[in-house]
Amino acid sequence: MPNKAMPNLHPVAPAAPVAPATAPRPVALELRDLTTVFPGDDGPVTVIDGVSLAVRAGGTLAVVGESGSGKSMTFLSALGLVAAPGRVRRGEVRIDGADILHQPPERLRRLRGAVISMIFQDPLTALNPVFTIGEQIVEVLRAHQRIGRAAARARAIELLARVQIPDPARRVDDYPHQLSGGQRQRVLIAMAIALSPKILIADEPTTALDVTVQAQILDLLADLQAETGMALVLITHDLGLVARYADDVAVMYAGRLVETGSMEEVFTKPRHPYTRALFRSIPRLDGPVDEELPAIEGQPPNVARLPPGCAFEPRCTVGRGRADCCTRRPLPLAGDRSGHRSACFHEDLPDRKEAIR
Amino acid sequence: MSDTLSAPPPALELVDATRVFTRHGGLFKKAGKAVRAVDGVSLTIRAGETLGLVGESGSGKSTLGRLALRLVEPTSGRLLVDGRDVTGVSKAEMQAMRRDIQMVFQDPYGSLDPRVTIGQSIAEPLKVHGLWDSDGPQKVAGVMSLVGLDPSHADRYPHQFSGGQRQRIGIARALTLDPKILVLDEPVSALDVSIQAQIINLLQRIQRERGLSYLFIAHDLAVVRHVSHRIAVMYLGKVVEMAERDNLYRRPLHPYTVSLLAAVPIADVRMRNRRRTSVTMGEIGSATNVPPGCRFHPRCYRARLVAAAGGVPTERSGDALLPRACLIDQPALKACGGTDQVACHFPETPETRSEVATAVLQDIGYPPIRPIPLQSA
Ligand SMILES: Nc1ncnc2c1ncn2[C@@H]1O[C@H](COP(=O)(O)OP(=O)(O)OP(=O)(O)O)[C@@H](O)[C@H]1O
Ligand SMILES: Nc1ncnc2c1ncn2[C@@H]1O[C@H](COP(=O)(O)OP(=O)(O)OP(=O)(O)O)[C@@H](O)[C@H]1O
Ligand code: SF4
Ligand code: SF4
Ligand SMILES: [Mg+2]
Ligand SMILES: [Mg+2]
Repeated sequence: MPNKAMPNLHPVAPAAPVAPATAPRPVALELRDLTTVFPGDDGPVTVIDGVSLAVRAGGTLAVVGESGSGKSMTFLSALGLVAAPGRVRRGEVRIDGADILHQPPERLRRLRGAVISMIFQDPLTALNPVFTIGEQIVEVLRAHQRIGRAAARARAIELLARVQIPDPARRVDDYPHQLSGGQRQRVLIAMAIALSPKILIADEPTTALDVTVQAQILDLLADLQAETGMALVLITHDLGLVARYADDVAVMYAGRLVETGSMEEVFTKPRHPYTRALFRSIPRLDGPVDEELPAIEGQPPNVARLPPGCAFEPRCTVGRGRADCCTRRPLPLAGDRSGHRSACFHEDLPDRKEAIR
Repeated sequence: MSDTLSAPPPALELVDATRVFTRHGGLFKKAGKAVRAVDGVSLTIRAGETLGLVGESGSGKSTLGRLALRLVEPTSGRLLVDGRDVTGVSKAEMQAMRRDIQMVFQDPYGSLDPRVTIGQSIAEPLKVHGLWDSDGPQKVAGVMSLVGLDPSHADRYPHQFSGGQRQRIGIARALTLDPKILVLDEPVSALDVSIQAQIINLLQRIQRERGLSYLFIAHDLAVVRHVSHRIAVMYLGKVVEMAERDNLYRRPLHPYTVSLLAAVPIADVRMRNRRRTSVTMGEIGSATNVPPGCRFHPRCYRARLVAAAGGVPTERSGDALLPRACLIDQPALKACGGTDQVACHFPETPETRSEVATAVLQDIGYPPIRPIPLQSA
């Protein structure tokens, strides 16, 4: 790769306004009313409850929310990868308009990798400890393409170089345990982009990477999007990454969507009390260091024992104890023309802003 | 030494610790090559202190953390716990010491046995050290609620938990023995910001109450700033900067530290298009192929600026003109301004700060103390 001889000393020029000049691109992936249950001690537990989402070709949807809120499970469900005894109870998953969830398993397997692929959250478990990383990438390539061993190996080295694995020709023969946490994570990214999928689900793809490598990897994914029109779902806790890379944002709490909208809308006008509380917890590089970090009070919800009304009610500074919040069935998402939608009974509560602070 | 009587020894000390991994040839029989994962690192952690450890992916942070527990053995160098040299002590004795030094692993799933319930996992350290008694179950339930897990889930298996929940299991497990030193390898990077805040507040509270020492490895520079008293920055097996917390963010000395600060993603829409994400160039450093001279020179913006400004002997390297010192002399870690240390021939001191570093500091909201751009000759 050519090295720039001198660093760019000037601030990056602001990019063109974000508003799309052309007609919106087609929807690449759409989830409709996706609902997944696991058997529990007192009957089935709904871990994903009626999730509907869409990602456009070339676009980036960030999925954020509480740990355990169902972000990973939503997309494992979409790919038909929920481990028994869990199962998708309801819903549709459409790629280019056609439902894939009710396809025969063999066809679904072919779609995975080639059309839609996922970078799994656990880098160690997603790699097989007894094969070298090169063998594992070669296998992905050969399972889907007519390609010889030598060519596949050369392509594997090229992919490792693309994800910034240093000395890839040597590292290709390493076993997973010989790699650092961040190197394993990048091997998974290489495997996921090996077949140039149309849709990439990246589940916490950069948690083990330092910020400079993280920026390089996300820039690489953005380049792929520009080149191939790949749609990207970025599951992350890093709201800084969301601000930098996402077009749209979906916020989850207790298995449900609580807010969706464009990144600008959600960041500048967060509506749901959970989203607001989440934003307040972001650690700042210039924040006070002698105080405790702000956290949302109360315990994370137990999806097996959700309150009958709003799942956030026990922790919500606006609605806690209010009769309607406690008892009414959770509202579906509702919103305005901007496409910014949220699920809260007290959307327009005048004192909401103050109550949240 | 005479002052060992007056000043208490550090809780943990590594002296010139090195760990080399030798690689065997793989399937295609490429000659094995040594990786100096940790290369002559010395550091101390005082009782009640948090040392933050940041650095490039693959720079040796996890290996350094494991060296501190002798989970990997040093190739050379010494390890002292409470002033006592434990480099050579037997495995059994070291095992007993681990009651006081615990680690939270980077990969929470890989470090939990999938066939064992999480209650048993959390209880295991107590059992290994013969401390399991009738209070055991209560202790397990106690640490579970402490880290925000529902104690009624003790009989579940790891796969039934989300990534962040598993991370909390790892933290609960390390806390059961009430250790004196905790090595935390990316303990909060899998957690949402609110639970992350709870865990960090919890760790800090425990530290205040029990005087624990932490080696805190993380990539989130805002989190590291919040928890650390001092911070060490690693690059390719070496510590390149070691500084008091505020100094590192207000007057970073090493060009690699500056490049880390430049790349911090900030959760602000207005920053979306304005941020400089990269002041380094080229590909990330290779531990199997360490550059001569300063290991950072192939990617260092500072070296290029210094060479362009003139006044120092320079040499060409590829298409870049660099100071000769950067190409041939490996800079040692040495004091630069008070107690801070840096390993660089041309550190970014407030007096000589480059316009790159100045701009980065402005971006992250820290007006530089004395902005003086490099003069062109
Ligand atoms: N095999 C299982 N059996 C029962 N419950 C499960 C199982 N797998 C996951 N769950 C539950 O499903 C919920 C959603 O988990 P998921 O992994 O999707 O969370 P997440 O939002 O990705 O969290 P994180 O940010 O921590 O990765 C969690 O409450 C988890 O406990
Ligand atoms: N068991 C091993 N055998 C061979 N090489 C290893 C082994 N463990 C680590 N390494 C190598 O040592 C170097 C340092 O690895 P380490 O895991 O300490 O990095 P790290 O700083 O923790 O990185 P990350 O931030 O990605 O977790 C890497 O180049 C890695 O490939
Ligand atoms: S519905 Fe009520 S409890 Fe739920 S978020 Fe809105 S105000 Fe809070
Ligand atoms: S010694 Fe030279 S190459 Fe190394 S960090 Fe300093 S200026 Fe850059
Ligand atoms: Mg997850
Ligand atoms: Mg590591």
